[in-house]
Amino acid sequence: MGVVFDHLGDYGNGWFTTIKLAVLSFLLAMAIGLVLAAMRVSPFRPARIVGTAYVDVFRNSPLPVLTLLFWFGLPKLDIDISRFITAVIVLSLYTGAFLGETIRSGINAVALGQSEAARSIGLTFGQNLRLVILPQALRTVVQPIGNIWIALVKNTAVASFIAVPELIYRTGQVNTAESRPVPILIGAAVGYLLLTLPSGLVLGRIERRVAIKR
Amino acid sequence: MTAALYDVAGPRARRRVFIGSIVSTVIIALLVLLGVSRFAAKGQFAADHWVWMKQGGTWRFFGTGLLLTMRAALVGMVLAVTAGGLLALARLARAAPVRWLATTYIEVFRALPVLLLILFSYLALPRLGIDVSPFTALVLGLTLYNGAVLAEIFRAGILSLDRGQSEAAYSIGLSYGQAMRLVVVPQAFRRMIPSLISQLVTLLKDTSYGYIVTYEELLRRGKANADFDSKWLISSYLVVLLAYVAVNFALSRVAARLEVRQRKRYGAGAIEAGTEDLAVLAAQGEAKTRSR
Repeated sequence: MGVVFDHLGDYGNGWFTTIKLAVLSFLLAMAIGLVLAAMRVSPFRPARIVGTAYVDVFRNSPLPVLTLLFWFGLPKLDIDISRFITAVIVLSLYTGAFLGETIRSGINAVALGQSEAARSIGLTFGQNLRLVILPQALRTVVQPIGNIWIALVKNTAVASFIAVPELIYRTGQVNTAESRPVPILIGAAVGYLLLTLPSGLVLGRIERRVAIKR
Repeated sequence: MTAALYDVAGPRARRRVFIGSIVSTVIIALLVLLGVSRFAAKGQFAADHWVWMKQGGTWRFFGTGLLLTMRAALVGMVLAVTAGGLLALARLARAAPVRWLATTYIEVFRALPVLLLILFSYLALPRLGIDVSPFTALVLGLTLYNGAVLAEIFRAGILSLDRGQSEAAYSIGLSYGQAMRLVVVPQAFRRMIPSLISQLVTLLKDTSYGYIVTYEELLRRGKANADFDSKWLISSYLVVLLAYVAVNFALSRVAARLEVRQRKRYGAGAIEAGTEDLAVLAAQGEAKTRSR
């Protein structure tokens, strides 16, 4: 395990890049997800169709394929963005599809009577959504959204394919220098566990706080 | 379901929806046009960018890539389902040490990126005296990870079953093993099918991580084709992407079908597996929606 401690700096660098990747992608994915969910419950048919198509394509695409396509493909279209930004874009496009579906299912899971009651006291579509449906919908999807966050943290590993210096990539560098894969990869595993396991604990706490007894 | 968000439209609302639909169509069309014109401006639609598709040899090259992807996926699926089943039973076992071991394994391995486990199999195992081919490394990594995830799905399925079922089984004198085998597992299995298939789709997608351990699957073949001529780059990756989307989409549809049928026939509730795998969550979301 000595090698791991010799390279704590490298691991730390990669670990923070992984966090940065995950946080930025999550925020962007949330924006995409909200727009997608709105599109899919909207009365506008074209918006619904495009929303569905987006979800079907991105949910069924492997992340490594998307990553390589964007990293090598965009420069061909004269769009030059850094490795890091490419990874953020791919991760948020992909995660956004899942978040959109989750938020939509949350909206649909709110009891019909709630919406009917809101309508019957004269709330408009917007008021209904904002004051009655969304506050309840978001509570029911806290757990799935948290799980998507954890999946995203794990998925950032794909950024190593295009040499974004996140945890896996740094681990690879350390291994190239030291050539002792067993302890070095276990070190990386500990790095990921330090992110994913506490996330799970915090999530459980939030969940209990917002839980509604029905 | 969402129809309740707004009332049945009157003439004014219908006009508004009509206008809104046109506006959203125009916006979407503009976005698509923007992308297409970018492609066209860079000559991406020119024949020489797609000419490789006319050669039978390249299709064979891609076809065998897809077959190799499928081979890794199928072997991985069989092994992961087996491992997942055993782990789930171990986690529900009566002997406490067995339960603890299984729980630790499951909690640790499903919290790690599958890529890390594939790399570990590929790089670290040879140092421990176990020789692995790229294929073995990929399948082993997929199994280590998906075994843990599937175990949670299986466990959730078993726990979702009404207690009365196993109590009834014990009361007519069945042993623990018999009750599991004859009463609990067959019923629980039906509830797991949609989540199970979703997770298997994820496994299939994850075979493309085999690229990094030099396994000759579809993505690697696509990259080889792309590297052959830089003009072929985007078209090659797009074809690879399309192949994955087509296969996964078909599988997801099957899962959705099964889910609906099962709901009609048994009225069984979908399980809430404690997994963080995206596809499974999505399936659960859909299930929830449909169950209403």
